[in-house]
Amino acid sequence: MTELIRVSGLQVHFPIRSGLIDALARRPRGVIRAVDGVDLAIDEGQVLGLVGESGSGKTTIGRVIVKLTKQTAGRITFAGEDVSALWGPKQLRDYRRRVQLIFQDPYETLNPRQTIHDFVAEPLEVNGLAPRLADREAQVISALESAGLPADFAFRYPHELSGGQRQRVVIAGALVMGPQLVVADEPVSMLDVSIRTELLRLMLDLREERGLTYLFITHDLALAWVIADRIAVMYLGKIMEIGPAQTVISSPRNPYTQALVSVSPSPDPPDAGMRAKRTILKGETPDAAHIPTGCRFHPRCPVAFDRCQVEEPPLFDLGGGQSAACWLVEKDQLPVLDPAILPGLPAPSPGVTPEAAT
Amino acid sequence: MTAPREELGLARDLEARDRFADDETDPSVSSASDPVVALGDDAAPDGLPPGGIGERQSGRRGSLPKLAVPGAPLLVAKDLRTHFKLDAGWVKAVDGVSFRVDDGEAMGLAGESGCGKTTTALSLVRILPSNARIRKGSSIELFGIDLVPKTENQLRRYRWREISIVFQGAMNALNPVRRVGEQIAEPIEIRLGATRDRATRQSAELLELVGIPRKRAKAYPHELSGGMRQRAMIAMALACDPALVIGDEPTTALDVMVQAQILQLLESLRRDLGLSLILITHDLSVIAETCDRTMIMYAGRVAEEGPVSRIFTAPRHPYTERLLGAFPNINSDRRTLETIPGIPPDLLNPPEGCRFHPRCPAAMDVCREVVPPEVLFPDGVRVACHLHPAGAGGGMLISAEDVASRRMPPVAAETPAVGASPGTPGSVGK
Repeated sequence: MTELIRVSGLQVHFPIRSGLIDALARRPRGVIRAVDGVDLAIDEGQVLGLVGESGSGKTTIGRVIVKLTKQTAGRITFAGEDVSALWGPKQLRDYRRRVQLIFQDPYETLNPRQTIHDFVAEPLEVNGLAPRLADREAQVISALESAGLPADFAFRYPHELSGGQRQRVVIAGALVMGPQLVVADEPVSMLDVSIRTELLRLMLDLREERGLTYLFITHDLALAWVIADRIAVMYLGKIMEIGPAQTVISSPRNPYTQALVSVSPSPDPPDAGMRAKRTILKGETPDAAHIPTGCRFHPRCPVAFDRCQVEEPPLFDLGGGQSAACWLVEKDQLPVLDPAILPGLPAPSPGVTPEAAT
Repeated sequence: MTAPREELGLARDLEARDRFADDETDPSVSSASDPVVALGDDAAPDGLPPGGIGERQSGRRGSLPKLAVPGAPLLVAKDLRTHFKLDAGWVKAVDGVSFRVDDGEAMGLAGESGCGKTTTALSLVRILPSNARIRKGSSIELFGIDLVPKTENQLRRYRWREISIVFQGAMNALNPVRRVGEQIAEPIEIRLGATRDRATRQSAELLELVGIPRKRAKAYPHELSGGMRQRAMIAMALACDPALVIGDEPTTALDVMVQAQILQLLESLRRDLGLSLILITHDLSVIAETCDRTMIMYAGRVAEEGPVSRIFTAPRHPYTERLLGAFPNINSDRRTLETIPGIPPDLLNPPEGCRFHPRCPAAMDVCREVVPPEVLFPDGVRVACHLHPAGAGGGMLISAEDVASRRMPPVAAETPAVGASPGTPGSVGK
């Protein structure tokens, strides 16, 4: 499979606006490190699930890829071409056709005073893609049909549509450009469970039909697991673990991923034993202006040791396409845990003392 | 009881004295001799003898509302119908819903958007838009006191003091220009008539109870994280030591880890304070985590109700089954998610017969014509589906009255020992 997109060493730092007094006192300007060194690649026709809590930088990565936010450092290669420096409406015209974005909230994405047809046709008009009305109409209807909506929806207004139908319209608006990569930022979070499934199916069907590639951004690990081929778990601007979806869920190797898996919602009524095995992390994700030293997860990590406080672990390749950023996996010291006992996360076994790890 | 007195704020003070009299003295004496009581909202229109105050089953708090019927369950809704008037007609958002919540119990209300779960809960405290009407024949009994005929002013006696709500968007529910501590102290001051000092002290205790450091009481809502704000909302809901807390999607906007923390908090509050809870959510996993019972609603009616352990493992109603199947679950098979084709019906003109029949994979002829009656099974599950008629598997036809009174054992045989002693930190208002 060919690689469609790769980002390497991606950094997005936002300067903190400082007041006059700060400037006069010559206090150093703070920086929010939203994305702090991320490497990702998605093969053609693949779905990568990018999972993280709010503030993890997952949305920023999506925005950088669709060129709504400029990266501070790092390279972006799309279909073998370096697009890192591409910026500005003219230069981006072609790129934007090939890379489309689906937002979370179908209620806010759609203009209430615009018909569905006008919404879907707008990108065609803006880009001068189908100057003749008849062509445009044909393309709009074909996009709506691909998104599972009957053609007569074209002349309705958003308020006449249910939430699920609105999100289909948003998908149609992305499809009409004939993109190769779709960045979907929490595309189903606003929808009911029953409708979610339909949209996930639609997205997977479209992948088959049109060979689409997705970056699926979500806070919901279970959702990523359902739709994605590979999952990347982010924490505070860095990828903590990446690998095949099944592997990341059934044998996560980074303690943060393990904790996330253990609290991942499940409609099975938990028995007391299950409850005890959950790892509920204390506190909250620190803000990205004050990222802890060493491993950024160490203050909340249940198995952190001395080294974690001073040295940041790189992503260690664990084979089978899985990598995790944790000192405990450096020499494969953390055994692949049996999924049944996994969420328990007992203290590291005697073999994994700090001495052994360093 | 008259409006002018309310407007002067007099009733509020009387109410407060009333409440404290209740707390400090033998209730039977106070209600018989204290003239204040006669001015209270509950001045015995029901013709109950003075002193007809039952012991609170959980023992969590000494006082019950004055008119409480001894031995009555915490909350019973019978044949609740809440309809909304539109130009085009009446939208039957809640149409004949009955349920019961016992003291110390947590009940999860689930269903798709528009199924009536929020309207059901908001009807309990009548926080409804002005075009909503609770229809005749509906009753909502809190400790046996019917809240439906109460006037707006009378109902204020029960709102927040007996039934409080944790709303979904904590940022919208909190006042952005007031410190959280003050906001939590406010109901204690106004509803319970405590002095400002005492209210402030209690609000700090409440914050600590929900896991917010005391000193953060001075923070404004925007200075708190989403999880903290939701904790503050919970503290506020607990401020008047209510008998029942309604959580309206309390964790929906939160991150998974923060959601796990909030659910853990709710669980510890239930354990330590014997909190009774109605949890409204579309997220079945939240109910699985926190509730004893669940009620699955569809198009304004009860589809299935019963113990979580039964309904989530062996659903009877095809809707429940589909709903559970649509939920991504990392413990089950990947990519075998169910879909529920179609959309929920228009409640202006709901379908004849079973309201789920147009979307039901197992619909039969009878489903298109006859409304399925509610049938109670020996395992405590109540189902409204023609696939599970009375007689099959020990099922019995039941009425709204039965739901209230004859819940099949052993669930009904709850011992008064549930909950903690009156000395727990949550016993605010003492």
